[in-house]
Amino acid sequence: MVLSSVSPVAPPRARRPRRALLALCLCGVLVILAFLASLAIGPVTIAPGRIVEILAAALRGERPGGAALREAVIVLDVRLPRTLLGLLVGGGIALAGALTQGIFRNPLADPGLIGISNGAALAAAVWIVAGGHLAFYLPPALADAGLPLMAFCGALIATVALYAISTHEGRTSVVTMLFAGIAIAALGAAGTGLTVFVASDQQLRDFTFWSFGSLGGATWQKVAAALPFMVLLAVICSRLARALDALALGEAEAFHVGIDVQRAKWLAILGIAAGAGASVAVAGVIGFIGLVVPHLIRLMFGPGHRLLLPCAALLGGALLLGADVVARTIVSPAELPLGVVTAGFGAPFFLWLLLRRRAALMG
Amino acid sequence: MVRRVTIHKALAAVLLTVPLAFAAGGLPAWGASPSSPQRILAIGGAVTETLYALGLEDRVVAVDTSSTYPLRALSEKPNVGYLRALSPEGVLSVGPDLIIALDGAGPPDAVKVLKGAAIAFETVPEARNEAGVLAAIRRIAALAGVPERGEELAQAVGEDFKALALIRARIPAPRSAVFVLSASGAAPVVGGAGTGVQAMFELAGVSNAMAALHGYKPAVGEAVLGADPYAIVLMKDQNHALSDDALKAMPAFAGTSALMAGRFYHIDGGYLLSFGPRTPQAARDLAALIYPELALPALPVRAYDPASPAAASGAP
Repeated sequence: MVLSSVSPVAPPRARRPRRALLALCLCGVLVILAFLASLAIGPVTIAPGRIVEILAAALRGERPGGAALREAVIVLDVRLPRTLLGLLVGGGIALAGALTQGIFRNPLADPGLIGISNGAALAAAVWIVAGGHLAFYLPPALADAGLPLMAFCGALIATVALYAISTHEGRTSVVTMLFAGIAIAALGAAGTGLTVFVASDQQLRDFTFWSFGSLGGATWQKVAAALPFMVLLAVICSRLARALDALALGEAEAFHVGIDVQRAKWLAILGIAAGAGASVAVAGVIGFIGLVVPHLIRLMFGPGHRLLLPCAALLGGALLLGADVVARTIVSPAELPLGVVTAGFGAPFFLWLLLRRRAALMG
Repeated sequence: MVRRVTIHKALAAVLLTVPLAFAAGGLPAWGASPSSPQRILAIGGAVTETLYALGLEDRVVAVDTSSTYPLRALSEKPNVGYLRALSPEGVLSVGPDLIIALDGAGPPDAVKVLKGAAIAFETVPEARNEAGVLAAIRRIAALAGVPERGEELAQAVGEDFKALALIRARIPAPRSAVFVLSASGAAPVVGGAGTGVQAMFELAGVSNAMAALHGYKPAVGEAVLGADPYAIVLMKDQNHALSDDALKAMPAFAGTSALMAGRFYHIDGGYLLSFGPRTPQAARDLAALIYPELALPALPVRAYDPASPAAASGAP
């Protein structure tokens, strides 16, 4: 198996702290660089000094009017929420991917494989097609939030169904979950296909753009909406790192080293639904990051989850921000779908990495 | 202080030049009022076409992907992308002081940000008939601060619509046609009821063979065969899948009188479906293709439609 690197070959204990520190610093520096780039680069050229001034003024509670208004809007209402949302979503999908791979002990698993993204996509498609009729009867605030809310509910329903199907007499079978997930994914795709069939031309294009993901619609409301879910995901990850390491040896082995396996599965599912659901809800479907970021970390720093999870979150955020900078500048003043950039640049890079490491991985 | 002085000087210079320009006849008779927007972002093919027809080309700072006419619009002006997937910062980067968009431009969050940046964001309903086209022209002209020019243009287009109605009256019995949007999959995607195609067919006195469908849908082969359209209307060289040969190979069209007689008509998609000022001409050209034996007269040549494209490229 080429990618069986989920097995825990823990590095010698003594060397671990320094290595971990190095890895965390590296990922941290990447995040800071990506953050600054995302604030500084865009279709409108704003001098870095101006950006600092605008941010400083905003911290003092001032907002410029007149000619400076446009620059202030770009920095404070476009780039800043977009950057923060990118960090949250990138970190969220990378963590959700790492959790999925860890709990399923399968390096190819990601929230897309087990139907969670498809559940969200189906719900989003239904909203795009039918929501226009519904929106009349809803209060405006709810109508505006309809798409993200529906996408999150779709992810949640898919996750709950998955968990219910694969849990029997209080024990969750990971294999059943994988198969059930694939079936749910197929069902979601079929439902989406049906919805797309009855969609009008414009709805179809809306859905196509949504399904490639974008941070273009970032607002402070979306940042605030996504934040609690990502915090929940991060807390769950911090609790699960040890359990995931033990689970990598096998369920029985994990049980024997004192891990509450059922609780770990339950928590992981909750975390995956929170991360994947909230990400899809605010930014659409962004492929590739969730699958590949955990692999990159394993290839570079090893498979231990205590290092893997925080590094994946940081690297996921940094990569997504980088991809977003490309997406919004390369065809400016228009904008490429984000999923096109993440997969278009990321996949070849990952293949290159695989080819380079092929000999070592084949072992 | 230094800056303020220069601004005063500049103002004075402008104030001095304006009367001079008037004296020299430098401004057109229906000159724009000084307060009218100077940097307009046009979103939607009909909006761009109308602004150009109003003679406001110089004031259009950028357009969207669907602004295919005049051809130079997309090659000379920055393109802000698809009208339903606008990027707020991308739009701000072209520095508009007025955005005129077709209904449905968005996403709503992007529009909210733009309004937050104190940019006027105005929408124009998508037209589907004579009244809609004329209302859109008047509205776009009013937004751009040139209502008189809008009235002039609307009257010209209204006359063309009247001429078109006379042309329609000469059609003894309507023939049916099918509009094929794409034929790359197993089933051809055709235009049904509620589409711009249906509206254009009505204007041209053609009945839509696929009116039983709603929207653009893949049609079951037998449905096309059963309707037996007299002609097949396609967009001009959008992709290879729409070549006549590809259509002939599709079972859906085998045996239809359109195919037997080779009646494939390729018309520029933007011309046919944008519902801008050239709508009457487009409808007349479509009618002339479907009813060649009636020798339907051409509509008057308009300045905004310099070489009213004879439109046909397929077999006569």
